[in-house]
Amino acid sequence: MTKRILATLLLLGMGAIFMDLLFGYSPDTSLNTSAEFYAQNTAADTGAANIVTAIIVTFRGLDTLGEVTVLFLTAAIVALVLHSDTVRPARAKQGWPVGELLQTGTRLLVPLITLFGAYIFINGHLTPGGGFQGGAILASAVLLMLLADPARRFGHGLISRIESVSGLFYIAIGVLGLLVAGGFLDNRILPLGEFGSILSAGAIPLIYVLVGLKVGAEFSSIMASLSESEDT
Amino acid sequence: MNNMTLIFSLLLAVAMIGTAVMAIWPARSRAIAILAAGAVSLFASIMFLLLAAPDVAMTEAAIGSGLTTFLFFFVLGRVRRNEDD
Amino acid sequence: MTVANIAMATGFILIIIGLYGAMTHRDILRMIVAFSVAATGTNLVLIAVGYLPGRTAPILDAAVPVETAATAIVDPVPQALVLTAIVIGLGVTALMLAFAYKIHATKGTLDISKLTDLKW
Repeated sequence: MTKRILATLLLLGMGAIFMDLLFGYSPDTSLNTSAEFYAQNTAADTGAANIVTAIIVTFRGLDTLGEVTVLFLTAAIVALVLHSDTVRPARAKQGWPVGELLQTGTRLLVPLITLFGAYIFINGHLTPGGGFQGGAILASAVLLMLLADPARRFGHGLISRIESVSGLFYIAIGVLGLLVAGGFLDNRILPLGEFGSILSAGAIPLIYVLVGLKVGAEFSSIMASLSESEDT
Repeated sequence: MNNMTLIFSLLLAVAMIGTAVMAIWPARSRAIAILAAGAVSLFASIMFLLLAAPDVAMTEAAIGSGLTTFLFFFVLGRVRRNEDD
Repeated sequence: MTVANIAMATGFILIIIGLYGAMTHRDILRMIVAFSVAATGTNLVLIAVGYLPGRTAPILDAAVPVETAATAIVDPVPQALVLTAIVIGLGVTALMLAFAYKIHATKGTLDISKLTDLKW
Protein backbone atom coordinates (compact mmCIF):
# COMPACT_ATOMS: atom_id res chain seq x y z
CA MET A 1 0.00 0.00 0.00
CA THR A 2 2.78 2.41 0.85
CA LYS A 3 4.35 1.59 -2.51
CA ARG A 4 1.25 2.85 -4.24
CA ILE A 5 1.13 6.05 -2.22
CA LEU A 6 4.82 6.74 -2.81
CA ALA A 7 4.45 6.06 -6.52
CA THR A 8 1.47 8.39 -6.75
CA LEU A 9 3.31 11.19 -4.92
CA LEU A 10 6.35 10.82 -7.17
CA LEU A 11 4.22 10.88 -10.29
CA LEU A 12 2.31 13.93 -9.07
CA GLY A 13 5.65 15.71 -8.72
CA MET A 14 6.61 14.68 -12.25
CA GLY A 15 3.20 15.82 -13.46
CA ALA A 16 3.79 19.28 -11.98
CA ILE A 17 7.10 19.58 -13.84
CA PHE A 18 5.49 18.41 -17.08
CA MET A 19 2.66 20.91 -16.74
CA ASP A 20 5.18 23.66 -16.25
CA LEU A 21 6.96 22.59 -19.45
CA LEU A 22 3.67 22.34 -21.32
CA PHE A 23 2.42 25.81 -20.47
CA GLY A 24 5.72 27.39 -21.33
CA TYR A 25 5.76 25.86 -24.78
CA SER A 26 4.60 27.58 -27.95
CA PRO A 27 5.44 26.20 -31.38
CA ASP A 28 8.23 27.91 -33.29
CA THR A 29 7.53 30.01 -36.34
CA SER A 30 10.77 29.52 -38.22
CA LEU A 31 13.42 26.83 -38.38
CA ASN A 32 16.37 27.02 -36.05
CA THR A 33 19.88 27.34 -37.45
CA SER A 34 20.87 23.69 -37.82
CA ALA A 35 17.54 22.72 -39.41
CA GLU A 36 17.90 25.60 -41.83
CA PHE A 37 21.36 24.37 -42.79
CA TYR A 38 19.97 20.92 -43.50
CA ALA A 39 17.05 22.32 -45.49
CA GLN A 40 19.21 24.46 -47.72
CA ASN A 41 22.21 22.23 -48.27
CA THR A 42 20.85 18.69 -48.50
CA ALA A 43 20.02 18.73 -52.20
CA ALA A 44 23.30 20.36 -53.16
CA ASP A 45 25.65 18.36 -50.92
CA THR A 46 24.16 14.89 -50.97
CA GLY A 47 21.63 14.84 -53.80
CA ALA A 48 18.98 13.04 -51.77
CA ALA A 49 15.34 14.09 -51.80
CA ASN A 50 14.44 12.71 -48.38
CA ILE A 51 16.08 15.01 -45.86
CA VAL A 52 15.60 12.64 -42.90
CA THR A 53 17.41 9.88 -44.83
CA ALA A 54 20.26 12.22 -45.68
CA ILE A 55 20.62 13.16 -42.01
CA ILE A 56 20.58 9.57 -40.81
CA VAL A 57 23.00 8.18 -43.40
CA THR A 58 25.49 10.97 -44.07
CA PHE A 59 25.25 14.00 -41.82
CA ARG A 60 24.89 11.91 -38.66
CA GLY A 61 26.12 8.60 -40.03
CA LEU A 62 28.11 7.80 -36.92
CA ASP A 63 24.92 7.60 -34.85
CA THR A 64 23.54 5.05 -37.29
CA LEU A 65 26.71 3.02 -36.97
CA GLY A 66 26.21 3.03 -33.20
CA GLU A 67 22.59 1.97 -33.56
CA VAL A 68 23.48 -0.91 -35.87
CA THR A 69 26.09 -2.02 -33.33
CA VAL A 70 23.53 -1.93 -30.50
CA LEU A 71 21.11 -4.03 -32.55
CA PHE A 72 23.85 -6.55 -33.30
CA LEU A 73 24.65 -6.75 -29.60
CA THR A 74 20.97 -7.31 -28.78
CA ALA A 75 20.60 -10.15 -31.28
CA ALA A 76 23.77 -11.79 -29.98
CA ILE A 77 22.70 -11.53 -26.32
CA VAL A 78 19.22 -12.93 -27.02
CA ALA A 79 20.76 -15.88 -28.84
CA LEU A 80 23.23 -16.39 -25.97
CA VAL A 81 20.61 -16.19 -23.20
CA LEU A 82 18.30 -18.62 -24.93
CA HIS A 83 21.06 -20.90 -26.11
CA SER A 84 20.91 -23.72 -23.63
CA ASP A 85 17.25 -24.17 -24.40
CA THR A 86 17.88 -24.68 -28.08
CA VAL A 87 20.46 -27.45 -27.76
CA ARG A 88 18.11 -30.20 -28.77
CA PRO A 89 18.44 -33.58 -30.51
CA ALA A 90 17.87 -33.53 -34.23
CA ARG A 91 14.34 -34.83 -34.08
CA ALA A 92 11.54 -33.12 -35.89
CA LYS A 93 9.57 -30.66 -33.80
CA GLN A 94 6.01 -31.73 -33.12
CA GLY A 95 4.26 -28.76 -34.61
CA TRP A 96 0.63 -28.05 -33.91
CA PRO A 97 -1.66 -28.48 -36.94
CA VAL A 98 -1.79 -25.28 -38.96
CA GLY A 99 -4.87 -24.47 -40.98
CA GLU A 100 -4.92 -24.70 -44.73
CA LEU A 101 -5.89 -21.05 -45.11
CA LEU A 102 -2.73 -19.94 -43.34
CA GLN A 103 -0.46 -22.20 -45.38
CA THR A 104 -1.88 -21.23 -48.75
CA GLY A 105 -2.10 -17.58 -47.80
CA THR A 106 1.54 -17.64 -46.70
CA ARG A 107 2.67 -19.04 -50.02
CA LEU A 108 0.91 -16.17 -51.75
CA LEU A 109 1.89 -13.38 -49.39
CA VAL A 110 5.55 -13.99 -48.52
CA PRO A 111 6.98 -13.06 -51.96
CA LEU A 112 4.81 -9.93 -52.08
CA ILE A 113 5.87 -8.84 -48.59
CA THR A 114 9.55 -9.41 -49.40
CA LEU A 115 9.21 -7.40 -52.62
CA PHE A 116 7.50 -4.58 -50.75
CA GLY A 117 10.22 -4.49 -48.10
CA ALA A 118 12.95 -4.44 -50.74
CA TYR A 119 11.15 -1.61 -52.58
CA ILE A 120 10.98 0.47 -49.41
CA PHE A 121 14.65 0.31 -48.61
CA ILE A 122 15.83 0.74 -52.20
CA ASN A 123 13.77 3.94 -52.55
CA GLY A 124 14.78 5.28 -49.17
CA HIS A 125 16.35 8.44 -50.51
CA LEU A 126 13.38 9.47 -52.67
CA THR A 127 10.21 8.72 -50.70
CA PRO A 128 9.47 8.17 -47.01
CA GLY A 129 11.04 4.90 -46.03
CA GLY A 130 14.50 3.55 -45.66
CA GLY A 131 16.55 0.74 -44.22
CA PHE A 132 14.89 0.31 -40.83
CA GLN A 133 11.34 0.21 -42.12
CA GLY A 134 12.26 -2.14 -44.96
CA GLY A 135 14.18 -4.41 -42.60
CA ALA A 136 11.19 -4.64 -40.26
CA ILE A 137 8.95 -5.60 -43.17
CA LEU A 138 11.40 -8.29 -44.29
CA ALA A 139 11.42 -9.65 -40.75
CA SER A 140 7.63 -9.87 -40.77
CA ALA A 141 7.79 -11.97 -43.93
CA VAL A 142 10.17 -14.34 -42.11
CA LEU A 143 7.75 -14.31 -39.18
CA LEU A 144 4.87 -15.40 -41.40
CA MET A 145 6.96 -18.31 -42.63
CA LEU A 146 7.74 -19.25 -39.03
CA LEU A 147 4.08 -19.23 -38.08
CA ALA A 148 2.87 -21.24 -41.04
CA ASP A 149 5.41 -24.03 -40.75
CA PRO A 150 6.48 -24.47 -37.12
CA ALA A 151 8.20 -27.79 -37.71
CA ARG A 152 10.71 -26.39 -40.17
CA ARG A 153 14.28 -26.03 -38.93
CA PHE A 154 15.45 -22.53 -39.53
CA GLY A 155 18.66 -21.86 -41.45
CA HIS A 156 20.59 -19.90 -38.85
CA GLY A 157 23.73 -20.08 -40.97
CA LEU A 158 22.25 -18.14 -43.88
CA ILE A 159 20.83 -15.39 -41.69
CA SER A 160 24.00 -14.87 -39.71
CA ARG A 161 26.05 -14.82 -42.89
CA ILE A 162 23.82 -12.13 -44.41
CA GLU A 163 24.09 -10.11 -41.23
CA SER A 164 27.88 -10.32 -40.97
CA VAL A 165 28.49 -9.61 -44.65
CA SER A 166 26.21 -6.55 -44.59
CA GLY A 167 27.91 -5.17 -41.50
CA LEU A 168 31.35 -5.72 -43.00
CA PHE A 169 30.45 -3.98 -46.26
CA TYR A 170 28.94 -1.08 -44.35
CA ILE A 171 32.22 -0.47 -42.54
CA ALA A 172 34.14 -1.00 -45.79
CA ILE A 173 32.09 1.74 -47.48
CA GLY A 174 32.77 4.00 -44.55
CA VAL A 175 36.51 3.49 -44.76
CA LEU A 176 36.34 3.97 -48.54
CA GLY A 177 34.82 7.34 -47.82
CA LEU A 178 37.88 8.16 -45.72
CA LEU A 179 40.26 7.20 -48.51
CA VAL A 180 38.49 8.56 -51.59
CA ALA A 181 36.16 11.35 -50.47
CA GLY A 182 35.69 13.83 -47.65
CA GLY A 183 35.53 11.67 -44.54
CA PHE A 184 34.20 8.54 -42.86
CA LEU A 185 30.86 7.44 -44.39
CA ASP A 186 30.87 10.26 -46.93
CA ASN A 187 28.48 9.47 -49.75
CA ARG A 188 30.41 11.15 -52.52
CA ILE A 189 32.42 8.04 -53.36
CA LEU A 190 29.86 7.38 -56.10
CA PRO A 191 28.69 10.12 -58.49
CA LEU A 192 25.79 12.20 -57.27
CA GLY A 193 23.72 11.69 -60.41
CA GLU A 194 20.49 13.37 -61.34
CA PHE A 195 18.28 14.59 -58.49
CA GLY A 196 15.21 12.41 -58.04
CA SER A 197 16.20 9.29 -59.92
CA ILE A 198 16.98 5.96 -58.31
CA LEU A 199 20.70 5.87 -59.01
CA SER A 200 21.35 9.25 -57.42
CA ALA A 201 22.68 10.53 -54.10
CA GLY A 202 26.01 8.77 -54.30
CA ALA A 203 26.38 5.88 -51.89
CA ILE A 204 23.14 6.48 -49.93
CA PRO A 205 21.08 3.74 -51.68
CA LEU A 206 23.94 1.28 -51.25
CA ILE A 207 24.36 2.04 -47.57
CA TYR A 208 20.65 1.84 -46.93
CA VAL A 209 20.31 -1.49 -48.74
CA LEU A 210 23.03 -2.91 -46.51
CA VAL A 211 21.43 -1.44 -43.38
CA GLY A 212 18.04 -2.83 -44.39
CA LEU A 213 19.41 -6.34 -44.95
CA LYS A 214 21.32 -6.25 -41.68
CA VAL A 215 18.36 -5.02 -39.61
CA GLY A 216 16.00 -7.55 -41.22
CA ALA A 217 18.44 -10.39 -40.55
CA GLU A 218 18.83 -9.31 -36.93
CA PHE A 219 15.12 -9.14 -36.20
CA SER A 220 14.62 -12.52 -37.90
CA SER A 221 17.35 -14.10 -35.81
CA ILE A 222 15.82 -12.72 -32.59
CA MET A 223 12.47 -14.22 -33.49
CA ALA A 224 13.97 -17.52 -34.60
CA SER A 225 15.85 -17.80 -31.29
CA LEU A 226 12.63 -17.19 -29.38
CA SER A 227 10.64 -19.67 -31.40
CA GLU A 228 13.20 -22.44 -31.16
CA SER A 229 13.57 -22.33 -27.42
CA GLU A 230 12.31 -25.52 -25.95
CA ASP A 231 8.83 -26.09 -24.59
CA THR A 232 9.79 -27.26 -21.13
CA MET B 1 -9.62 22.43 -42.50
CA ASN B 2 -7.55 23.34 -39.53
CA ASN B 3 -10.50 22.75 -37.25
CA MET B 4 -10.96 19.27 -38.62
CA THR B 5 -7.37 18.28 -37.88
CA LEU B 6 -7.68 19.73 -34.40
CA ILE B 7 -10.83 17.76 -33.62
CA PHE B 8 -9.33 14.62 -35.10
CA SER B 9 -6.17 14.93 -33.05
CA LEU B 10 -8.26 15.51 -29.91
CA LEU B 11 -10.20 12.30 -30.62
CA LEU B 12 -6.94 10.42 -31.19
CA ALA B 13 -5.53 11.75 -27.92
CA VAL B 14 -8.57 10.62 -25.95
CA ALA B 15 -8.46 7.17 -27.59
CA MET B 16 -4.74 6.84 -26.87
CA ILE B 17 -5.13 7.70 -23.19
CA GLY B 18 -8.09 5.33 -22.86
CA THR B 19 -6.19 2.40 -24.34
CA ALA B 20 -3.12 3.20 -22.23
CA VAL B 21 -5.21 3.03 -19.05
CA MET B 22 -6.57 -0.29 -20.26
CA ALA B 23 -3.01 -1.52 -20.80
CA ILE B 24 -2.03 -1.08 -17.16
CA TRP B 25 -5.32 -1.87 -15.43
CA PRO B 26 -4.40 -4.76 -13.14
CA ALA B 27 -7.63 -6.71 -13.30
CA ARG B 28 -7.48 -7.56 -16.99
CA SER B 29 -5.77 -10.58 -18.43
CA ARG B 30 -2.25 -10.20 -19.80
CA ALA B 31 -3.27 -10.77 -23.39
CA ILE B 32 -5.62 -7.76 -23.32
CA ALA B 33 -2.88 -5.58 -21.84
CA ILE B 34 -0.50 -6.55 -24.65
CA LEU B 35 -3.14 -5.83 -27.31
CA ALA B 36 -3.88 -2.46 -25.73
CA ALA B 37 -0.18 -1.53 -25.89
CA GLY B 38 -0.22 -2.42 -29.60
CA ALA B 39 -3.26 -0.20 -30.07
CA VAL B 40 -1.47 2.71 -28.33
CA SER B 41 1.37 2.31 -30.84
CA LEU B 42 -1.11 2.35 -33.72
CA PHE B 43 -2.81 5.55 -32.57
CA ALA B 44 0.60 7.15 -32.00
CA SER B 45 1.54 6.24 -35.58
CA ILE B 46 -1.53 8.10 -36.90
CA MET B 47 -0.68 11.10 -34.74
CA PHE B 48 2.85 11.10 -36.19
CA LEU B 49 1.21 11.52 -39.60
CA LEU B 50 -0.71 14.53 -38.34
CA LEU B 51 2.58 15.98 -37.11
CA ALA B 52 4.09 15.78 -40.64
CA ALA B 53 6.50 12.89 -39.94
CA PRO B 54 5.81 10.07 -42.46
CA ASP B 55 9.11 8.23 -41.89
CA VAL B 56 8.52 7.98 -38.18
CA ALA B 57 4.88 6.93 -38.69
CA MET B 58 5.95 4.05 -40.93
CA THR B 59 8.63 2.90 -38.49
CA GLU B 60 6.32 3.07 -35.47
CA ALA B 61 3.57 1.14 -37.26
CA ALA B 62 5.91 -1.62 -38.45
CA ILE B 63 8.08 -1.98 -35.37
CA GLY B 64 6.05 -0.72 -32.42
CA SER B 65 2.69 -2.11 -33.39
CA GLY B 66 3.78 -5.19 -35.31
CA LEU B 67 6.99 -6.76 -34.12
CA THR B 68 6.66 -5.77 -30.44
CA THR B 69 3.17 -7.27 -30.11
CA PHE B 70 4.39 -10.44 -31.77
CA LEU B 71 7.37 -10.73 -29.40
CA PHE B 72 5.10 -10.30 -26.39
CA PHE B 73 2.69 -12.98 -27.56
CA PHE B 74 5.50 -15.42 -28.23
CA VAL B 75 6.81 -15.14 -24.70
CA LEU B 76 3.30 -15.14 -23.24
CA GLY B 77 2.55 -18.37 -25.09
CA ARG B 78 5.67 -20.06 -23.73
CA VAL B 79 5.02 -18.88 -20.21
CA ARG B 80 1.40 -19.96 -20.25
CA ARG B 81 2.16 -23.41 -21.54
CA ASN B 82 4.45 -23.92 -18.58
CA GLU B 83 2.12 -22.38 -16.04
CA ASP B 84 -1.14 -23.91 -17.23
CA ASP B 85 -3.38 -21.43 -15.48
CA MET C 1 -3.70 25.35 -29.24
CA THR C 2 -2.29 23.43 -32.16
CA VAL C 3 -1.76 19.78 -32.91
CA ALA C 4 1.68 19.99 -31.32
CA ASN C 5 0.28 21.07 -27.94
CA ILE C 6 -2.25 18.24 -27.93
CA ALA C 7 0.42 15.71 -28.93
CA MET C 8 2.81 16.94 -26.26
CA ALA C 9 0.16 16.77 -23.52
CA THR C 10 -0.79 13.26 -24.63
CA GLY C 11 2.86 12.21 -24.63
CA PHE C 12 3.39 13.48 -21.10
CA ILE C 13 0.25 11.70 -19.86
CA LEU C 14 1.40 8.47 -21.52
CA ILE C 15 4.78 8.74 -19.80
CA ILE C 16 3.12 9.15 -16.41
CA ILE C 17 0.70 6.25 -17.02
CA GLY C 18 3.52 3.99 -18.18
CA LEU C 19 5.73 4.80 -15.21
CA TYR C 20 2.87 4.24 -12.77
CA GLY C 21 2.24 0.83 -14.30
CA ALA C 22 5.92 -0.08 -14.17
CA MET C 23 6.19 0.91 -10.50
CA THR C 24 3.11 -0.77 -9.08
CA HIS C 25 2.74 -4.04 -10.94
CA ARG C 26 4.27 -7.22 -9.60
CA ASP C 27 4.16 -9.34 -12.75
CA ILE C 28 7.22 -8.88 -14.95
CA LEU C 29 5.30 -9.06 -18.23
CA ARG C 30 2.97 -6.24 -17.18
CA MET C 31 5.97 -4.13 -16.20
CA ILE C 32 7.47 -4.61 -19.65
CA VAL C 33 4.18 -3.62 -21.31
CA ALA C 34 4.08 -0.45 -19.19
CA PHE C 35 7.66 0.43 -20.22
CA SER C 36 6.65 0.04 -23.85
CA VAL C 37 3.78 2.51 -23.36
CA ALA C 38 6.12 5.02 -21.66
CA ALA C 39 8.60 4.74 -24.57
CA THR C 40 5.83 5.52 -27.06
CA GLY C 41 4.91 8.59 -25.01
CA THR C 42 8.51 9.83 -25.05
CA ASN C 43 8.74 9.52 -28.83
CA LEU C 44 5.48 11.47 -29.17
CA VAL C 45 6.85 14.37 -27.10
CA LEU C 46 10.05 14.50 -29.16
CA ILE C 47 8.24 14.73 -32.48
CA ALA C 48 5.80 17.31 -31.12
CA VAL C 49 8.72 19.59 -30.23
CA GLY C 50 9.90 19.67 -33.83
CA TYR C 51 6.56 20.68 -35.32
CA LEU C 52 6.09 24.06 -36.97
CA PRO C 53 2.45 25.03 -37.66
CA GLY C 54 1.34 25.17 -41.27
CA ARG C 55 4.32 23.32 -42.70
CA THR C 56 4.72 19.92 -44.27
CA ALA C 57 6.96 16.87 -44.23
CA PRO C 58 10.71 17.24 -44.92
CA ILE C 59 10.77 15.55 -48.33
CA LEU C 60 11.79 17.51 -51.42
CA ASP C 61 9.45 16.66 -54.27
CA ALA C 62 6.93 18.45 -56.47
CA ALA C 63 5.08 19.91 -53.50
CA VAL C 64 8.21 21.28 -51.82
CA PRO C 65 10.68 22.55 -54.42
CA VAL C 66 14.31 22.82 -53.43
CA GLU C 67 14.51 26.61 -53.40
CA THR C 68 11.69 27.22 -50.93
CA ALA C 69 12.52 24.26 -48.70
CA ALA C 70 13.68 26.34 -45.76
CA THR C 71 10.25 27.92 -45.36
CA ALA C 72 8.03 24.94 -46.05
CA ILE C 73 9.25 22.00 -43.96
CA VAL C 74 9.17 21.02 -40.32
CA ASP C 75 12.33 20.35 -38.33
CA PRO C 76 13.90 17.11 -39.62
CA VAL C 77 16.40 16.51 -36.80
CA PRO C 78 13.98 15.21 -34.09
CA GLN C 79 12.54 12.80 -36.66
CA ALA C 80 15.96 11.29 -37.31
CA LEU C 81 16.55 10.90 -33.56
CA VAL C 82 13.16 9.30 -32.92
CA LEU C 83 13.72 6.80 -35.75
CA THR C 84 16.79 5.53 -33.93
CA ALA C 85 14.94 5.56 -30.60
CA ILE C 86 12.08 3.39 -31.87
CA VAL C 87 14.40 0.72 -33.26
CA ILE C 88 16.52 0.58 -30.12
CA GLY C 89 13.33 0.45 -28.03
CA LEU C 90 12.42 -2.75 -29.80
CA GLY C 91 15.88 -4.17 -29.14
CA VAL C 92 15.65 -3.40 -25.42
CA THR C 93 12.14 -4.89 -25.21
CA ALA C 94 13.34 -8.08 -26.90
CA LEU C 95 16.18 -8.34 -24.40
CA MET C 96 13.84 -7.78 -21.44
CA LEU C 97 11.52 -10.49 -22.73
CA ALA C 98 14.34 -12.98 -23.21
CA PHE C 99 15.45 -12.44 -19.61
CA ALA C 100 11.86 -12.71 -18.34
CA TYR C 101 11.53 -16.03 -20.13
CA LYS C 102 14.76 -17.27 -18.55
CA ILE C 103 13.60 -16.18 -15.08
CA HIS C 104 10.39 -18.09 -15.56
CA ALA C 105 12.22 -21.15 -16.83
CA THR C 106 14.58 -21.30 -13.85
CA LYS C 107 12.40 -20.05 -11.00
CA GLY C 108 8.94 -21.05 -12.14
CA THR C 109 7.35 -17.73 -11.28
CA LEU C 110 7.02 -14.26 -12.78
CA ASP C 111 6.20 -12.47 -9.54
CA ILE C 112 9.03 -10.13 -8.57
CA SER C 113 8.26 -10.27 -4.85
CA LYS C 114 9.24 -13.94 -4.89
CA LEU C 115 12.68 -13.33 -6.44
CA THR C 116 14.57 -12.70 -3.21
CA ASP C 117 17.98 -14.16 -3.99
CA LEU C 118 19.93 -10.94 -3.68
CA LYS C 119 18.11 -9.36 -0.75
CA TRP C 120 19.72 -9.27 2.66
